[in-house]
Order: sequence, then C-alpha cells, then structure tokens
Amino acid sequence: MADGTTDQGPVTMLATPISLDFEFTPGVAQSKFLRGLERGEFLGQRCGTCGQVYVPSRGTCPTDGVATTEDVVLGNSGTVTTYCVVNVPFAGQAIEIPYICAQILLDGANLSFMGLLQEIPTDQIRMGMRVEAVWVDEAELIPSLASVKYFRPNGEPDADYDTYKEYL
Amino acid sequence: MAERCAVIGVGQTHHKAKREDVSIAGLVREAAKMALADADLTWSDIDAVVIGKAPDMFEGNMMPEIYLAPALGAVGKPMFRVHTAGSVGGSTAIVAAHLISSGIHKRVLTVAYEKQSDSDAMWALSVPQPFAAPLLAGAGGYFAPHIRAYMRRSGAPDHIGRMVAVKDRKNAMRNPYAHLHLADIDMKMVEESMMLWDPLRYLEACPSSDGAAAMVLAAEDAVSGHYPPAWVHGMAMRSEPTMFAGRDQINPQAGRDCSADVYAQAGVTDPRAQFDCAEVYVPFSWYEPMWLENLGFCGQGDGWKLTEAGATAFDGDIPWNASGGVLSSNPIGASGMLRFLEVAMQVRGQAGEHQVDGAKLALGQAYGGGSQFFSMWVVGSAKP
Ligand SMILES: [Zn+2]
Repeated sequence: MADGTTDQGPVTMLATPISLDFEFTPGVAQSKFLRGLERGEFLGQRCGTCGQVYVPSRGTCPTDGVATTEDVVLGNSGTVTTYCVVNVPFAGQAIEIPYICAQILLDGANLSFMGLLQEIPTDQIRMGMRVEAVWVDEAELIPSLASVKYFRPNGEPDADYDTYKEYL
Repeated sequence: MAERCAVIGVGQTHHKAKREDVSIAGLVREAAKMALADADLTWSDIDAVVIGKAPDMFEGNMMPEIYLAPALGAVGKPMFRVHTAGSVGGSTAIVAAHLISSGIHKRVLTVAYEKQSDSDAMWALSVPQPFAAPLLAGAGGYFAPHIRAYMRRSGAPDHIGRMVAVKDRKNAMRNPYAHLHLADIDMKMVEESMMLWDPLRYLEACPSSDGAAAMVLAAEDAVSGHYPPAWVHGMAMRSEPTMFAGRDQINPQAGRDCSADVYAQAGVTDPRAQFDCAEVYVPFSWYEPMWLENLGFCGQGDGWKLTEAGATAFDGDIPWNASGGVLSSNPIGASGMLRFLEVAMQVRGQAGEHQVDGAKLALGQAYGGGSQFFSMWVVGSAKP
C-alpha cells in the first residue's frame, strides 16, 4: 500500500490469559462449617422456625429469612439422591475424567450437596446408594472441603426412593 | 401495565461457532441495525438502550456496556445493563418494556449477546470455591443430575430426550439464522453421539454460539415498521435461592410463580389451548418435558407424554421452539432474548419458513443460573 502498511487482513483472535487470586471471608456460619471440616466432621445448622437442617449453612434459612442458630453434627454417611458421570474435559479441571458427581444427602441433613464418588465403577452407581466420607489423614485436615478426599459406598442396602424423593 | 408496549422491530445475527469477521461491538451493531431497519427507524429515533449478557467472566470484559455504548448509538442517552445469568436476554427485554409501559420513553432499543468464541464458559462456570468440592463441570454437569431425577420421578423413557434433540434440529433447518443446520439428524445420530454428562449426550446439549439479538420496543403512539406490532400482554420475572431445604430442582417454585403471574396478566387459563406456539429455553433436551410441566401445559409427570405424542412438534397442536431453540443456537446472553423475539416474529407473521400458521398469542420463556432466574412474556397480534 502507498502509505507503507500492508494488507494482511484482520486480526481475528488474540489469546490474552488472565488469572484470579481471590481472598474469601467465610463469615460466622461458614466458619463453623469449615472448622468442623478441620476436625473431620460435617457441621450443619438447624432453622428454629421450620426445623430444616442446612449444610453447609450460610447462617440463614432462605425459606424463613431467620438466622440459623442451633449447630448440628451430621453423620459421616449419606444417600446419593441423584448424580451424573462427568466425561467432558475443560481448562482447569481438577479431577481425572470420567468421574461421578453425586448429590449427597448426609444423614440428619435436609439439603444435599455435591460430592465426588469413588471406589466404584462409573456404571454401577445408583440413585439411593448409601455412601460415606473418606477424609485425609488427621495431620492434613484443614478448614476446607479439600479435607474430604471423596465419598465411597458404605456397604449398606440402598435407601428407599420414598426416603429421599423430597430432596430432588 | 399503564401504557401499552409493542415490539416494532427485530434483528438477529447469523449465529455461528465463530464470528471472526466481527468484534463484539460489530456483532451487537449488526443485530441492532436490523431491528432499526425492521422498525423503519434510525439511531436518532431511539430514546434509551437496554443491554444484557451473561457473566462478564465469559469473555473477560468487565462491564462491556461501557465500551459498547457508541456502537449502539447510546452516546448521550440512558443506557442500562441487565444481568440475570442465562435468563438475561428475557429480563433485558422486560426492563426495556418497563421503560415503555411506565411512560418514561417512547422507543427503546434492547440488545443481548454472547461471543462464546472469545470466551471459555466451561471454565467460567466451574471456578473452585473453598466451601464446595471442585466437581462442577459447566452447565451440563449442574443440570444432568436434575435430569436424571426428572426421569426417575416421571418414569419417562430414555428416548424422550433424543426426540427433543431431533425435533429442535429439524426445526432449525427452517431458520436461516440458526447455528446448527444438521440435515441428517435422527435418533440414531443422537444416540451415537458422545456421552458428556451421563445421562446427557453431546447432541442432547446446546452448541456454543456467537450471536446477538435486538428489538425495538415502542409505545402505542410511536408504532412504526414493516410488520404489524407484537403487543406485550404480560411480563414477569421471578428468582429463588439455588439451595434451600425442600427446593424442587425439577419443577422450581419460581418458574411456577412466574408463569402464574404472566398468565394472569394475559388472561391465560389453559396455556396449551390458548397459546399458538411457545419459545422456551431448552439448552438440554430433557428441559422440554420438564418445562412443559413447570409452565402448566400439562399435569405433573405428563410433560414427556406431550413430547412423545408430537404435541410440541412443528405440526403439533402447540409447537415449541419452531426456530430450533437453544438446542440449535446458544449465544448465551442472547438466547433468552431470542425466545422473546421469536414469539414476537410469530405473532407479527414474519417468521418465514418456521412461521406457525395463524399464530396470534405466544409465550416466550427464559431461565438462568441453577434454575433460579425466570423471565417470561406473552405477546399477541391483538392489542391487550
Ligand atoms: Zn426455616
């Protein structure tokens, strides 16, 4: 070109990696949950109005809008309410695929949370399966869910659908 | 609603995996110019601009509305950004419509977009948190367990999800703007596609698209354009927490409340009989039967029976996603607005090859987050 530039066409894509390091203040309720993990136990909180037990508790009952004040130590076992088998790779993935991502309703809780299920082939997992948490060694316990290595079948018979159908 | 509100112009891009020919600004402008041309207006006729997109983390642009203002003719005018995750395209249209129905403005341009080729949505939706195990694997990983729970609760047979996947891709063949044009799609092709989040296969999930949608909304005394207006008969939004004891993840309360509200505004008591068609946010095939139940088109547990009987097919009694839906084009932020826009096209009679014959009243629905945001509107060819 006359002005000295060359026509090489538009630049269609530039990769510009960014990273995030963030600070996190858990607050009162989540601190209790995280300190529980540091002791190797699941700590939930009961709503004084509806009696439902939350884990992890965020300090309030979303249904009643009141503070949850009663601490409840939950069981180490629970029931798989539902699950999926993740077989899709993506950037930053922490676990080797395929893996089982299960919704686990801990004994004594009224809310399931997501947990990794291992020590079972991915085609043998079932809704209603009874599972237990496997923790890291005592010296390695920290206030984080990283203290729970994974869940595994605990050998009990499957829970009846009627016992967990309200938690789907 | 105090003032009547009408859709008088619509525009959308050709949705594709990679629109390397345009920047984000070029993408939104393409849809906006088309909507203005349809309304027979120019940039200077617009009083305000309302824009929406999904999380900023996707493309890594913080507050993109700031740099997109000039591209959308918003300099010197009010400009609003809306954000409600995947439902944002619907919520954005509703915020824009409120500016008309409240009597504040006469003509409002509303735009929504996503440029997924600039983005890594899987990564952005899977950021580890200290109080949760690092298991999340994008939206599919979140919704697949709830789909499994729906199958268990309703007793739906496996092939229902595949039927929806085929139906919506066949519909997309009638829509020149759709991202996926899979001429050979059939049940076998879906069944043989890779299992990504068991029980969800690759072809039962939406694609990743670049695209934008735009509408011009007007007050009754400012109606213009090449097609008759689509009148807004009702609009509503609802939210609920992602986690609370007793939450029904399969049939969320917020969705039921949102539809009850919008139906009451529009005088709808029997949605299956009264609507001529619907555009509903179905990013994973199984969400068609789930939302059929949530939106009251049938009784609980019967959604899959409507799908199986062909009721929601293009030639069924209540066509769902005649455009091909989210399963055929998913520019995330725009996907909700496309549902709202497509039903406006239907009642204006401008949907071309995917026009549902004689469509007079239609429902647009969008949802987002972990099924915790809902937005809906009802549009009709007659004045409300
Ligand atoms: Zn409560």
